[in-house]
Amino acid sequence: MTETQTPATTSDAAGFFTLGDPVADTKAPAEASVPTRWEERKSHAKLVNPANRRKIKVIIVGTGLAGAAAGATLGEAGYQVESFCYQDSPRRAHSIAAQGGINAAKNYRNDGDSVYRLFYDTVKGGDFRSRESNSYRLAEVSANIIDQCVAQGVPFAREYGGLLDNRSFGGVQVSRTFYARGQTGQQLLIGAYQALERQVAAGTVTTHTRHEMLELITTEDADGQTHAKGIIVRDMVTGEIETHLGDAVVLATGGYGNVYFLSTNAMGSNVTAAWRAHRKGAYMGNPCYTQIHPTCIPVSGENQSKLTLMSESLRNDGRIWVPKKKEDCAKDPRDIPEEDRDYYLERIYPAFGNLVPRDIASRQAKYMCDDGRGVGPEVDGVRRGVYLDFADAIKRLGRDAVETKYGNLFDMYAQITAENPYEVPMRVYPAVHYVMGGLWVDYDLESNVKGLFVAGEANFSDQGANRLGASALMQGLADGYFVLPYTIANYLADSHERIDESHPAVVEAKKSVEERINHFLTVNGTRSVDSYHKELGHLMWEYCGMERTKEGLSLAIEKIRELKADFWKNVKVLGTAESLNQSLERAGRVADFFELGELMCIDALNRRESCGGHFRAESQTADGEAERIDEEFAYVAAWEWAGEDGHMPVLHKESLSYEAIEMKARSYK
Amino acid sequence: MKITLNIWRQANAAAKGAMQKYELDDVSEDMSFLEMLDLLNENLNEQGEDPVAFDSDCREGICGMCSLMINGQAHGPEVTTTCQLHMRSFKDGETITIEPWRAEPFPVLKDLVVDRSAFDRIIQSGGYISANTGSAPEANNLPVEKAKADRAFDVATCIGCGACVAACPNGSASLFLGAKITHLGSLPQGQPERDTRVVDMVAQHDHEGFGGCTNIGECTAACPKEIPLDVISQLNKDLRTAMKHGY
Ligand SMILES: Cc1cc2nc3c(=O)[nH]c(=O)nc-3n(C[C@H](O)[C@H](O)[C@H](O)COP(=O)(O)OP(=O)(O)OC[C@H]3O[C@@H](n4cnc5c(N)ncnc54)[C@H](O)[C@@H]3O)c2cc1C
Ligand code: SF4
Ligand code: FES
Repeated sequence: MTETQTPATTSDAAGFFTLGDPVADTKAPAEASVPTRWEERKSHAKLVNPANRRKIKVIIVGTGLAGAAAGATLGEAGYQVESFCYQDSPRRAHSIAAQGGINAAKNYRNDGDSVYRLFYDTVKGGDFRSRESNSYRLAEVSANIIDQCVAQGVPFAREYGGLLDNRSFGGVQVSRTFYARGQTGQQLLIGAYQALERQVAAGTVTTHTRHEMLELITTEDADGQTHAKGIIVRDMVTGEIETHLGDAVVLATGGYGNVYFLSTNAMGSNVTAAWRAHRKGAYMGNPCYTQIHPTCIPVSGENQSKLTLMSESLRNDGRIWVPKKKEDCAKDPRDIPEEDRDYYLERIYPAFGNLVPRDIASRQAKYMCDDGRGVGPEVDGVRRGVYLDFADAIKRLGRDAVETKYGNLFDMYAQITAENPYEVPMRVYPAVHYVMGGLWVDYDLESNVKGLFVAGEANFSDQGANRLGASALMQGLADGYFVLPYTIANYLADSHERIDESHPAVVEAKKSVEERINHFLTVNGTRSVDSYHKELGHLMWEYCGMERTKEGLSLAIEKIRELKADFWKNVKVLGTAESLNQSLERAGRVADFFELGELMCIDALNRRESCGGHFRAESQTADGEAERIDEEFAYVAAWEWAGEDGHMPVLHKESLSYEAIEMKARSYK
Repeated sequence: MKITLNIWRQANAAAKGAMQKYELDDVSEDMSFLEMLDLLNENLNEQGEDPVAFDSDCREGICGMCSLMINGQAHGPEVTTTCQLHMRSFKDGETITIEPWRAEPFPVLKDLVVDRSAFDRIIQSGGYISANTGSAPEANNLPVEKAKADRAFDVATCIGCGACVAACPNGSASLFLGAKITHLGSLPQGQPERDTRVVDMVAQHDHEGFGGCTNIGECTAACPKEIPLDVISQLNKDLRTAMKHGY
């Protein structure tokens, strides 16, 4: 238990939280220099004897890059792995949708890349809000990832000489991104999925598809330390509530961008697994850090169910512009002469041009549209779109070359909008895409709940306040293939109490899941789950989106609370518990999104600075750039759940310090 | 647009199903097909009727989760996935019939949702390259001819949706199988296990109850990723070679 103190009255969020003890990562060997820490940690972490591994069970929730890679690797090492996903096959995890590519410090282009430079770019891109040790390790293992994937048969793009090809991505000046046309995530995931299925055949891994984790089982040891012991899942076909116990639990459940309703995430992406763990004691790190991707297909109507990303790689060759004059906004873009176009990114950021980091590109698009210079159809009286134009690229490289590079993206765009991007510039607008926030973990990727490991997008990640393009795939695979297998052994090497299904912790967890399901099915209210989800999403987008203010966030918290109370009294879920019931699945997810949304707003309200993807209007420079306040906010906000309504979350600060890189203002001008 | 829907309703795997008719009035042509079904479900929910169960996840045409027979065509009239289909492909006043994938190895679980775990078991039987984590050599030590790498990529884009099976009068999964055999067999890394892979995967395919291929070509016509029919020739070729090698 933590000692809680009185609220920090100076915070904008005073009255919404209490301040707890600071928290620190104790696993990264502080005595070693940043570049040698991982080697040092690996050399001294405890090991598990191969003969004992087959007696140890590891539960892995999630089969995306992080979960599938971890499952395959731990299976190969000889552990018993139980793998879970909510889709009908592990291969469908949302990592499959990643388009652009994966970074690695291979320096195949001989353009000055190195582990240090990838590390530097990650820390700078993250606006000095990531942990140096973690970011360094990520860069360090990146090269191994490419080797591993190639050995598995991942068909990366190649040059005529047969060697691997690269492209550039936003926020950097080297070309270090490996790709498989516009389907990099798919190819990487299929590689990991096949490795996982190979272990199923070998008998080390058991997969449980169409199973949704609804609760974490925890116990306390003699020292009062909480440990993860297993999970409660629902068989989504039969409705059966099952208990799975293990020696450690890994959550690799992806991001929670769907709290905004509209995002580029999959329909089923959720926070439930992470949130249930949070309610059982796991800290939530920096929940307000959200990445809004600048180039998505704009919203076209009210019934829209999700948004589609157009890969950032398009910014390599596409030029972004809006008309200089408002009266040109409704015109056919091809009729607007060159001198009347404002290539605003090239104008404001001459050094990086169209390749500025995502948060900057997104915010500038918003400003252009707020200024009345957006393009495309009016939605609520404003045109929300900017042009991404390939006319110059087609002139320079030829249509065929453009098609080879981006063909499938162009097809996808044409399919959705019924417009031909070879002829007319694409219209794009920012959309929620990724969350840097997530469960807090130490250097070992272990949460403050012992034996609970968190990998991939689900952890608060190595990306700080903003992630660079092509770095999430890198992180998922780094965590799953190369980090977790070492660090989890350190925990498993010690003996821990084992429990069975009669343990009160199991009985309690199962009962709470059943009661919740029963509640949803018996409320008999009048509003559908989706209608609540949409309304919550609107609030989040409006007040906790690209630009946040004290006033807006305070209002959002109040409105979310009202809506949540109404949801529990008035939601309408039909069908039964004992069958495939998609409304019931969604009701559980939306219930958790409400609680998460509130915490995101509190976190955003407390952080009265701008950093990376978190932009507080109150904290900007004279020319409108994000202004960090290092003296006050150079910390990770790790939030502890304090209980249902009326109990304020507890903030634990992990202070950030920089040894290998000097902390300075981020500039892309 | 006004649309009439004829949808297969089946309470669970054991229940007997039947077609049921629904009317939708305010469909816009910018809606995706699945957004149209979302709208139907919102209406049904309001009327106190159990919404129609159907699979989807990415809604970007890449995860392979969506799966509908639309007017007798797997994934509907366009060469794309159901989730990427838009209502502009249909006419005002049209009647649309929606059924689940029909194939014995894909039993219906509820309404339009089927069980495709047979595909995972086919991959388990050999659809991989054995390369333990950490054992990989430096990636550029193994150049791969661009043409071969491109071929591998083109067929590796299979999303495992099962439309090929649903479209095939024999219920064969040869296109899915051939795509994987061709992907791994085109690459130098895939050579050591090439013979055992094809033999084991074909055996599993048959064991699951998928039918044989008689070169009808419905699979490739329905495939949203345009996997070409020649992957099946490659499959047969690899199988003959393996037999010759004594497998
Ligand atoms: C459209 C798009 C494009 C992208 N492009 C790029 C790119 O080019 N480069 C890049 O680096 N990054 C990209 N990203 C980001 C990157 O793809 C993701 O951050 C990353 O793949 C996440 O991987 P993951 O393994 O953490 O989670 P996911 O792949 O999301 O997997 C989550 C897993 O958890 C399971 N799960 C979730 N909740 C539960 C539950 N309650 N019970 C049981 N199982 C559960 C799911 O079934 C799934 O198996 C993109 C993201 C999107 C959305
Ligand atoms: S071959 Fe085509 S139709 Fe068959 S599973 Fe793959 S993508 Fe689907
Ligand atoms: S929902 Fe993913 S392919 Fe259709």
